[in-house]
Amino acid sequence: MNQTFSRRRDRLLTYQAMREGKITSSRRTRCSACGEESPQLEWDRNFQVCPRCGFHAPVGAYYRLSNILDPGSFQELEDKLSPADPLAFPGYPAKLSELEQSTGLKDAAVAALGRVDGHKAVFAVLDSRFLMGSMGTAVGEKITRAAEYAGKKKLPLVIFSASGGARMQEGIFSLMQMAKTAAAVQRFQSGGGLYISCFTHPTTGGVTASFASLGDIMLSEPGALIGFAGPRVIEQTIKEQLPEGFQRAEYLLDHGFLDRIVLRNEWRAVLSQLLALHEKGGRP
Amino acid sequence: MSRYTPEEKVKIARDPGRPGTSDFIAALFIDFFEQRGDRLCGEDPSILGGIARFHGRPVTVIGHRKGKDLEENLRCNFGMPSPEGYRKAQRLMRQAEKFGRPVITFVDTPGAYPGKEAEERGQGEAIAQTLALMSALEVPTIAIVTGEGGSGGALALAVANRVLMLEHAVYSVLSPEGFASILWKDASRAGEACGVMKLTAQDLRRGGIVQGVLREPEEGAHTNWEAAFRTVDAALTHELAALDKLKGPALARQRYEMFRAMGQGLPPAGREEP
Ligand SMILES: [Zn+2]
Repeated sequence: MNQTFSRRRDRLLTYQAMREGKITSSRRTRCSACGEESPQLEWDRNFQVCPRCGFHAPVGAYYRLSNILDPGSFQELEDKLSPADPLAFPGYPAKLSELEQSTGLKDAAVAALGRVDGHKAVFAVLDSRFLMGSMGTAVGEKITRAAEYAGKKKLPLVIFSASGGARMQEGIFSLMQMAKTAAAVQRFQSGGGLYISCFTHPTTGGVTASFASLGDIMLSEPGALIGFAGPRVIEQTIKEQLPEGFQRAEYLLDHGFLDRIVLRNEWRAVLSQLLALHEKGGRP
Repeated sequence: MSRYTPEEKVKIARDPGRPGTSDFIAALFIDFFEQRGDRLCGEDPSILGGIARFHGRPVTVIGHRKGKDLEENLRCNFGMPSPEGYRKAQRLMRQAEKFGRPVITFVDTPGAYPGKEAEERGQGEAIAQTLALMSALEVPTIAIVTGEGGSGGALALAVANRVLMLEHAVYSVLSPEGFASILWKDASRAGEACGVMKLTAQDLRRGGIVQGVLREPEEGAHTNWEAAFRTVDAALTHELAALDKLKGPALARQRYEMFRAMGQGLPPAGREEP
């Protein structure tokens, strides 16, 4: 009975939205977590959180920033940075141009200057549409420059991570970005800067094992997978199945690795509160 | 110049007959005092560390330990550290800085352990904190990759003022098996992966990732330990003397700038190298 009602409600909502010109189709989108379909309109109203189960679906970097920053405050930094191909890896340049076409991104990170409730900060956001948000030389360089810029301007640094780890196609040069970014945020923090690290689903490997785990404040969206090794690798290693909820944000919170879980529609409020508590970039 | 292919080098680098951290410590240092435990919850034997004298001078020495026989292999988890190991390393490095001792590390690991408890206790956080701490130390630091430098688990002990490699050691973003299974969904293409990954000491020297390659005896360090020890001893002596010219903050700056430059100035993707 309930289901019938909610389906009728969906159809009605879709119809109204189409009439108001908000959407042009009755497109429905299936949730990759619960498998249920919901109208795209409801997903949109919900900041791409599943209306049925609350799954926080991955979103693009620009979309995320547009939902967090004060209107008109977005100012992109280092948008000319582009990836390198140090191993001359077969097929990599073609893959990069194809992704640039489809996402509009040069690589998996966007950096920007912006405000939340008037509080100015430097933001960096990883985008999982671009090779799983993996960190190669361009991503490492962008994170590093964001930290250095925040240090120079005495502004807080907020980073949203979503990453499969080090980018294999750039080999050892990707690995070195772990050292480089960890050193950059460490230097920024020891200069008195506030660094807020925000995990989103999924963040693993070299990003978890570098800058993403070094925040003064550690936050995550609910249900995000956060780990060093991926669950499949662990299962193959220990030859047993991992328990439900293993390496999820709630699990990390229970084990002392996060300060708080933040719903997608709470980011503005939480960041605003934290930035206000650290006025002048965290300096007395 | 190199008699071995990258694939052969991976085999040599993993040869259990190569000298390991405990062998280098026994041969190159005197008065070794082992320090155990992370002071938080445990002791991880896969990282060996302590205080010793190098040519009379107190230093902190830390390295991966794979173990010499099956029993020790198991105890040391084949050189795959857990968070406790990295946190012990952090403790020893902080102490080295407090007492003004140089830090010398020996890198030889397949990677950090991908286990359930390791994740539960924050493997990622432990590695991240070690990288951050090591990057800012105000004492001279030298890392020597003696065998396998596998992934973040190796890097965590290698954010040093000088990173040196034995001639047939390898150092890579992931094992060739892991690399092949991620990129080609086929771990059996590991041999091919060795060829494209640029994981040999010579490739890494050319790429600016390591600052020196240490010659190995004829057929490799496993065939003549004494010769390998002499080479490493000479290199450490030379590099320490050079780093002694820098004051604390300058050491941290030199290290920062060196890692800062890695991956910069590479030709952009999609364009041929001139
Ligand atoms: Zn759902």
